Amino acid sequence: MTAHILLVPLLTPLLAAMACLFAWKKKQWQQYIYLSGSMITLAGAAALAWQVLQEGIVSIQAGGWEPPFGITLVADAFSVLLVVVTHVLGVLIYFYTLPPVSVSQERKSFGFYPSLLLMLFGITGALLTGDIFNLYVWFEVMLVSSFVLISLGNERLQLEGAVKYVTINFIASALFLAGIAILYGMAGSTNMADLAVRLRADGVSDIVYVAMLFFLVSFSIKAALFPLFFWLPASYPTPPIGIAAIIAGLLTKIGIYALIRTLILVFPDNAFVQQLLLGMAILTMLTGIFGAIAQYDMRKILAFLIVSHMGYMVMGLAIATPLALAGTIFYMVHSILVKTNLFFISGLVFADQQSFHIRKAGGLYERLPWMAALFLISAFSLVGIPPLSGFWGKYMLASTGLATEQYLLVGVALLTSMLTLWAVSRIWLPVFWQHKGAEKQVTLTQGAFVRKNRGMVVSSAALTLLILWLGFQADPIVEISIQAAEQLFDRQAYIDAVLKP
Amino acid sequence: MEIILSVVTGLLFTISVYLLLHRSFIKMIVGVIVFAHAINLFLFIAGKITRSMPAFITEEEAGTAALSDPLPQAFILTAIVIGMGVQIFTIVLLNKVHFTAETDDLDTLKTTDLPEA
Repeated sequence: MTAHILLVPLLTPLLAAMACLFAWKKKQWQQYIYLSGSMITLAGAAALAWQVLQEGIVSIQAGGWEPPFGITLVADAFSVLLVVVTHVLGVLIYFYTLPPVSVSQERKSFGFYPSLLLMLFGITGALLTGDIFNLYVWFEVMLVSSFVLISLGNERLQLEGAVKYVTINFIASALFLAGIAILYGMAGSTNMADLAVRLRADGVSDIVYVAMLFFLVSFSIKAALFPLFFWLPASYPTPPIGIAAIIAGLLTKIGIYALIRTLILVFPDNAFVQQLLLGMAILTMLTGIFGAIAQYDMRKILAFLIVSHMGYMVMGLAIATPLALAGTIFYMVHSILVKTNLFFISGLVFADQQSFHIRKAGGLYERLPWMAALFLISAFSLVGIPPLSGFWGKYMLASTGLATEQYLLVGVALLTSMLTLWAVSRIWLPVFWQHKGAEKQVTLTQGAFVRKNRGMVVSSAALTLLILWLGFQADPIVEISIQAAEQLFDRQAYIDAVLKP
Repeated sequence: MEIILSVVTGLLFTISVYLLLHRSFIKMIVGVIVFAHAINLFLFIAGKITRSMPAFITEEEAGTAALSDPLPQAFILTAIVIGMGVQIFTIVLLNKVHFTAETDDLDTLKTTDLPEA
């Protein structure tokens, strides 16, 4: 019975989204529903996480069908960690989007809140499902809501970005479906635990590697890995900053989650794919960071930084030892928080300077020093300066990389880290440090600015505190990451938890 | 039967990729739709085709009677529904782009990639 706690974080966003649809065009009502819904979801997620960390993997069979025939919902340490982080952002984004500068009032009275709730619903489902076809469905729930969010408001740039985003994601999902088709044709099952057993049995044909490549390509598109990342910088910066922040923070990581889940659990090991991932990690880090250095729009610099830092997550997956994977998991948590906060802060810069362009905004260190401090903490954390959170993730990845003699990979990771400093200083120097003679005459005093954009300031400060906590008190999250990684490699425990409840 | 369907699937993939590589909005939409159909057909063939067999049998017949697997059809049905939703969204989106940007050439939609956008 206690396993049913799993349904709380999953179903609350759906119910709240439905309630929001009944309150169509009534912004105030939708806000009440969103806030209470996301709070309940976060509480449910925390309760679920507590149970999983104490008692191990929790699973239930939806509809009462026995496994492997029914649809299984599974929560292990890896998925609950991400569920909790997702819903922390789900609550914070509410406050961030309160001022009209981050998401306009018209967008909020229309589909913003229900779409956001449905996206959180899709993400939670994708993290908690134990069935590969079901994973496809959750991905679609998540993507269709993000399509709506990206194009909400119908501005020209948004529409252009949405065309690219929608088309490439549709193709990616179709390829994912093709992979599922091959697996079903071979093994006659879509339950991940059951597949893990069947695909490791003797005499499995090599066609399984074809399916594996379909999955790899599909999830690489969704996670924006080299060479399939070009849609990301073209679409993520286009929506209003509140929407861009949550999409940029979460969606690519769900792609990586699916990649880790399927490659580690479902598919048998394959040296070729391991080599491929290694190459992709190196090239993703490098191309992403060079892209970031070449841009002039803060949101685009951040979008390329997302691509670049996806490389670190693939790095852990490519090395594929439990400690490396723990590094990846820690890095995912760190990256979700830090990237979202950097988008939050670029929104604050926009609220003050009316521009995202690094040549047009300027002098913020003098005007709003606390904002400069928020930016510095997040930026240094992204670069990986100890004792901030990025350092611990990079340390775990680099030390296991050296232990497994992946010198090139570690070298590139450290180089990318240095170049990240260059990329963030391209925002820091002109936007915060430099005094621009021709800068916009800003009429607001500091107090008036904070009052006007209170929600944005509060949520960004809260996220910064979380990042600081993750850096100075890394222990608990590192331990959970190690536990999650060991659980991922202990396939038999997962299989037993699902098939023999 | 499988061979004919496999060839048809291959043809559909070829057509859809050919159409997707065009610049026109309409061709892209048709390409997306054909791609979805190709994948559905792929799923159908990969799920192994059995003709004129019942999908459900009684308990006594279990193990002896030949039966066909209803699950691939169920998967395809789900995929068709989802695919149709996304395709309709794509059509509406491109319609909106057509009126906002006043073009039907995908190559002109590159403002988001320009440095000064």
